[in-house]
Amino acid sequence: MSAVRTPTLTAPGAAPARRGQQTAWQRTLRRFRRNPLSVLGLCIVVFFTAVALIAPLLAHPTERNAYMIPHQGYSSDPHPPGPEHPFGTTEEQFDLYYGVIWGTRSAFLVALTVVAFGLVVALTLGSLSGYYGGWVDEVVMRVTDIFLAFPPLILAVVIVAVLGQSVRNAMIAIAAVQWPTYTRLLRAEFLRVRDMDFVEAARALGVSDFLIIMRHVVPNTIYPMLILASLDMGGIVINFAALSFLGLGAPPGYADWGQLISLSKNWILGTAGDPFQFWYTLVVPGTAIFLFVLGWNLLGDAFRDIFDPRQQGSM
Amino acid sequence: MSRFIARRLLLLPFVALGVTALIFSLTQLLTPAMRASLYITDPRQLNGLPDIIRKYHLDQPVYVQYWEWLRQVAHGDLGWSETAREPVLAAVQGFFPATFELAAYSFACILALGIWLGTASAVRKDQIIDHISRFTSISGASLPTFVWGLVLLMIFYGHFGWFPPGRLGLDADLFVRSGRFHPYTGLLTVDALLNRQWWLLWDAARHLVLPVATLTYFLTATLVRITRSSMLETLRADYVRTAEAKGLPRAVVVDRHARRNALIPVITLASLLFVGLLSGVVITETVFNWPGIGRWGVAASQQLDIPAVTGFALIFAAMLVLGNLCADVLYAVVDPRIRLR
Repeated sequence: MSAVRTPTLTAPGAAPARRGQQTAWQRTLRRFRRNPLSVLGLCIVVFFTAVALIAPLLAHPTERNAYMIPHQGYSSDPHPPGPEHPFGTTEEQFDLYYGVIWGTRSAFLVALTVVAFGLVVALTLGSLSGYYGGWVDEVVMRVTDIFLAFPPLILAVVIVAVLGQSVRNAMIAIAAVQWPTYTRLLRAEFLRVRDMDFVEAARALGVSDFLIIMRHVVPNTIYPMLILASLDMGGIVINFAALSFLGLGAPPGYADWGQLISLSKNWILGTAGDPFQFWYTLVVPGTAIFLFVLGWNLLGDAFRDIFDPRQQGSM
Repeated sequence: MSRFIARRLLLLPFVALGVTALIFSLTQLLTPAMRASLYITDPRQLNGLPDIIRKYHLDQPVYVQYWEWLRQVAHGDLGWSETAREPVLAAVQGFFPATFELAAYSFACILALGIWLGTASAVRKDQIIDHISRFTSISGASLPTFVWGLVLLMIFYGHFGWFPPGRLGLDADLFVRSGRFHPYTGLLTVDALLNRQWWLLWDAARHLVLPVATLTYFLTATLVRITRSSMLETLRADYVRTAEAKGLPRAVVVDRHARRNALIPVITLASLLFVGLLSGVVITETVFNWPGIGRWGVAASQQLDIPAVTGFALIFAAMLVLGNLCADVLYAVVDPRIRLR
């Protein structure tokens, strides 16, 4: 939970250092608790984290690769929820309960991997570009310009088309469209911090550039990044699910919500007397992804409300 | 003003060069034999693969290849799309009107609904309409386009049978392909009007409802949020208070004084809207089986139809860059402070 706590240290308008860390932390908590939606968001995220952590206990894996959903036979018609399959089965008898539980794990896996990759690239390029400026800055910024000239999903589709479709390649594709945003934001933060007095002082003392960046600049710029990353978790999962839905991400039977939704495509019609006969094939994985993204969006909104100085005055 | 626009226009060729370079470097991840498929229109040509590789310089250094490819692209030759069974450029031209029609109607709905809801919820902050619009925008941002699209299909096509997927019904499609229908623009609703075929207009409109509703719900969220916060800020401004103190009716203050200024930041974020619209179009077309560029590009990506994929990427990059350019120009027109910089 460091993301919740640490930003208070640098948040503009937070309690001055003399009043102590505890006070700032408490103020943040109070602000946070005042908005029921933020608390709801936190609860949802905590719930999904727990599900992801204890996935093997909730749904015991039977396949060698735990991310592959077990299925009995290849009969194509979905079966409604019953004692054996609490959420029913989707096309080709993939168990929806298992898919939703382990899908939580793959959602976290994808989102955290992409965010980690984005942060590493952004820290490297953003620090070089923001701290040194000059031609390095120019080159890095023009490269991000080119990446941002594509709608992210389209670039991701093209990358997967060229690399071949697999879970790993879909993650690479999403990371490739995510890094320019992070890099630009971190560069802007670096520009803000690099001319501050304490950096100037460190430079005057003869501290090397590397140490200045690592010890003085990075700690003061990383928190906005973490907020952005938490706002992005939902978006990354949606993008990954979209790739799977378009048939360019996870293969059929992989425990991924987008892939399960893609399997429901043929079952939205039902039969003559009962138009909603196969509702569960769409509603079950759809609800899972909706709640997951909603939780992260609410939490991200809470962070923004707390740490955005412009919002503070009005609260 | 003209200098501002000229500077933006001067940047265009460089962006175009960068965009083509990125696409080209991506195709370099493929083997020469796979890239040779760019030039194959018939399976029988596969026997002459080494000749094709040599003929099109695919065994040459990268910069030679890039230059050759760029020359072809500049001549409008993007290769042969196996998915569409026609040259890529012809395919793009054929699919574009469908995509444009969908995007244009959605954009109009998004603007109207987003600005109206954003204003209303700022003016009546913390009242019912504000809560409804905030709930809608939060859920709209969290519900993936394809889930929402499928839910709409399940209800309004599966249950009620009102709005079928696709772009036209069978009869209408046959009629459009027959000689009696003159395609002026490629936009079916406009063409139906010009041909005075009212039943066709009705059919085309019926097919537009669900995809447009999907895109609108998903993208209005961003616009409502931006308009609302910008409007809240403007409503606190001194000149708004002055206008109210003068005794102007509330509606005039909101519509003439506050909203016009509140919309300036909204224009800067139009880029965000374009990105969402273009990505959303690709997914929506796939969900609703809408015969546009997005559905074609996705099908091509699944089948390693590399020429089509490069064409698809280039056209979407072009649309985004041009859209952003328009937004920048509009911004300069609306806000004189930008022109002076």
